Amino acid sequence: MKQYDVIVVGGGHAGVEAALAAGRMGCATALVTFRQDDLGVMSCNPAFGGLGKGHLVREIDALDGAMGQAADFAAIQYRLLNRSKGPAVQGPRVQADRARYRTAISDIVAQASRVDVIEAEVTALSLTGQTVTGVQLNGDTTLNATSVVLTTGTFLGGKVFIGEQTFPAGRMGNSASTILAQQLRGLGLPMGRLKTGTPPRLRGSSIDWAALETQPGDSDPAYMSFLTSRTIAPQIACAITHTNPRTHDIVRENLSRSAMYGGQIEGVGPRYCPSIEDKITRFADKTSHQIFLEPEGLDSDTVYPNGISTSLPAEVQAEYVKSIQGLEQVEILQPGYAIEYDYIDPRALDLSLQLSALEGLFMAGQINGTTGYEEAGAQGLVAGLNAACRAQGRAPLQFGRADSYIGVMIDDLTARGVSEPYRMFTSRAEYRLSLRADNADQRLTALGVQWGCIGPERQAAFEKKMNTLESARAELRARSFTPGQLRSAGYKISEDGVRRSALELIGLSGFGFEAIDVLAPELGEIPQDTREQISKEVVYSAYLQRQESQIAALRSDEARAIQDDIVYSDINGLSRELADKLTRARPKTMAQAARIDGMTPAALVLILARLKDRDRRSTA
Amino acid sequence: MLRDGSGERLDSALVVAFAKGASFTGEDVAELMVHGSLATVTAIERCLAQDHGLRMAQPGEFTRRALDNGMMDLTQVEALSDLLEAETESQRRQALRVLDGAIGKVVAGWRAHLVKAAALVETSIDFVEEDVGNFDAEILAELRAVADGLTAEIAGQRARERVQTGFEVALVGPVNAGKSSLLNALAGREAAITSDIAGTTRDVLEVRMDVGGYAVTFLDTAGLRDTAEQVEAIGIARGRARAEQADLRIILQPADYIGTVSPSDPQDIVVRSKSDLGPASDDGISVVTGAGLDWLMAEVTNRLSQMTARDGVTVRARHQTAMKDGLAAISNAIDKIGSGSYIEELVAADIRIAITALDSLIGVVDVEDVLGDIFSSFCIGK
Repeated sequence: MKQYDVIVVGGGHAGVEAALAAGRMGCATALVTFRQDDLGVMSCNPAFGGLGKGHLVREIDALDGAMGQAADFAAIQYRLLNRSKGPAVQGPRVQADRARYRTAISDIVAQASRVDVIEAEVTALSLTGQTVTGVQLNGDTTLNATSVVLTTGTFLGGKVFIGEQTFPAGRMGNSASTILAQQLRGLGLPMGRLKTGTPPRLRGSSIDWAALETQPGDSDPAYMSFLTSRTIAPQIACAITHTNPRTHDIVRENLSRSAMYGGQIEGVGPRYCPSIEDKITRFADKTSHQIFLEPEGLDSDTVYPNGISTSLPAEVQAEYVKSIQGLEQVEILQPGYAIEYDYIDPRALDLSLQLSALEGLFMAGQINGTTGYEEAGAQGLVAGLNAACRAQGRAPLQFGRADSYIGVMIDDLTARGVSEPYRMFTSRAEYRLSLRADNADQRLTALGVQWGCIGPERQAAFEKKMNTLESARAELRARSFTPGQLRSAGYKISEDGVRRSALELIGLSGFGFEAIDVLAPELGEIPQDTREQISKEVVYSAYLQRQESQIAALRSDEARAIQDDIVYSDINGLSRELADKLTRARPKTMAQAARIDGMTPAALVLILARLKDRDRRSTA
Repeated sequence: MLRDGSGERLDSALVVAFAKGASFTGEDVAELMVHGSLATVTAIERCLAQDHGLRMAQPGEFTRRALDNGMMDLTQVEALSDLLEAETESQRRQALRVLDGAIGKVVAGWRAHLVKAAALVETSIDFVEEDVGNFDAEILAELRAVADGLTAEIAGQRARERVQTGFEVALVGPVNAGKSSLLNALAGREAAITSDIAGTTRDVLEVRMDVGGYAVTFLDTAGLRDTAEQVEAIGIARGRARAEQADLRIILQPADYIGTVSPSDPQDIVVRSKSDLGPASDDGISVVTGAGLDWLMAEVTNRLSQMTARDGVTVRARHQTAMKDGLAAISNAIDKIGSGSYIEELVAADIRIAITALDSLIGVVDVEDVLGDIFSSFCIGK
């Protein structure tokens, strides 16, 4: 019987990041997956990143996770979304070759020291009282560990729907896995049911590409990883086509045969990723919807038509797909389907993604009600780091809303739960002007070094970059100009007698680095990538200054933990309504309490007073 | 029968008990209505303090508890204090209106516009891949609706504050138009020195009175004319300044005066004074015959009620600050969009600042409110 520090169950995007993170922290880690070949599988669309999601990939990368580098290895098309907008809302995105991504992940896992991959099925958790001590493999072997991370995706009650057909998802014919499911259900955790859909997969060679508008990638790619400096794989173009009234008629006529509309599915689907049935029903006035045709790989003849997920019967899918321009002769390789599954209400988790009800058990990914590779990977990272901390007897690592999209997501999940599969958007981050994809390393890598999860290669690269950046900033700060000097050089500036540093001038409209080259040519030796970085930093400086005090207040509220055993109904002066809300929401910090609907400053003062009272008693 | 701990009779009293949730503070409350003699009250107070550990409430403590217990919101608490302090009918009406939660109704509209504007901006940021189009015109319309509402509310607030503090109505006009005589007639006493000598009034005189339920201070100012005399010149300048700041001006134009006085503000009332000296007219007044004085007072009341009748409801300086901050942020956003090329996320930041500023009025706008609006308005999703 082998003793590990951390066992990770599941080899998807959450599981891989969790196991690698625990390994980087120095923990003896087991990654248990049903099949080794499952590592790095993209089960849905062949793409990484985008708005909010690209930010998450950069943050995973900044903490030395695998997703960014693997995505760069697999990237067959780069596009920086919102290129015309400011840097805070630009999201790097790639089309990824499925086979190349799997290869990259397998290689990274194989090379990771302290991570053993075990090909087995986890059939049960080993428990001692309310603490997890390990897992049972294949019903006969025990594997012990201090921390266990569950990243089992949709295995809880997963059900696939294709039209009128339905069958259980996942490992069919193996009843043993139900023990694990029973154990989880036995904990009495709050659970819910969600659904998600996929489109039919098309044979690329049967598409009339010439008839379609193509969408090429960027000529100047923004890479997913801070360590990537060149494009690795050959690049391809995608194509765009559209549904038409004929398509809509076919779908509408067959709505009753759709699993989602035939009333067979009770789960809640994502509003931002509706099925074609949904689109046509809810937005009946739209006569056309956009479809992106995304090749799944360089050597693959499979194409993913992004925008037409469905649970209609296979023959209806064939009919409506063929009504679309460019797809008249198309061959469907695999029909689209909907999947419905149980998730565990993430409010049952603490901020380290550990289950409050069962010590030592961490959960990450789709089982927590999220969707997307990036969201899963980021949670895996958090769970893996904290599983390692627990094994090492260290305090949990916290991510705050003002520091990272990861922090925003963890806070959203644990404080508010989910009502549909949770996906990241930049609008979820109230401090998004400072949480940019371009500065994820500046926000997180230094923290990661402190925590111990950054490898030597990244640490060296980061320190070099920061040194260059810091000395450039210092030079720009040291060089300053009077309004008179600027006016005589032909620039418009108010005659207020204030000296402005070159760094400030870069952020003013009408100046920029071009002006600095004229005003102070001796600063011209600042490297191009450093100039780009500094230009991005100064865009928002006026706004960031305004936010500083808000961020400081938020951080202090986030640092103020609320113990789980606080009894709100005992707090004198707290209205019953608020006490009920607090009891239900169980905020983990003052910051979470402050965001509860209807919360008043007076009530917060009462809670704070209670916490301070407890502090006094416990130290007395 | 009230008895103390030892069973001694204290008083024969009426006792009203309010159950938790049904009282003003929301807590368990008992009211003792006792005989009013000092000895009785003192004995009962002593008993309550010694036997039951009770103490006297601090000023405002009951209201504070009602607030803490969610029985009232902050605007209602403020309105209650206004109600308790109301002197005039208009003050009472206004306080009651706010107490009924009228602020909530007005700001619910602003909130909806701001959520919509935020949703449109966020759509163009987060769902740029969805070919949803350009919303500049719609965003501007939503923001302008709130900006207009805030501007009117801020302007109207001055009048509503005046309901509390009293309005200022300035009497202005050329020298010897009879401003001081009018003031005296209104006040019913010799508040100002009057004479036939032009330029008699040199300083600003004030008389406070109730006009149609409004607290009004009439200001008598020095007559307007070019003068070489220094003291009078200072008086005229001071009078002009005060008159400009006043809420309303009554411009007196003697019936025998040649030339016209044009009001700077359309609200101002132009009257023909000394109407006994000239031909009869609708706008004539005479302090000698008393003609037109009732009409003038009715006219003043009418103008003041127009100022306060704008459907604004916010009263407090706190509201004013919040609205001004919110308006400034919204104006920034409007300016950016108006300039044609703008950075969406900064407009979003401005809207967020506005929402945060108005938070105390419109309530918290959560990202889920914004996303909910996006997903119900647009077909999002590849």
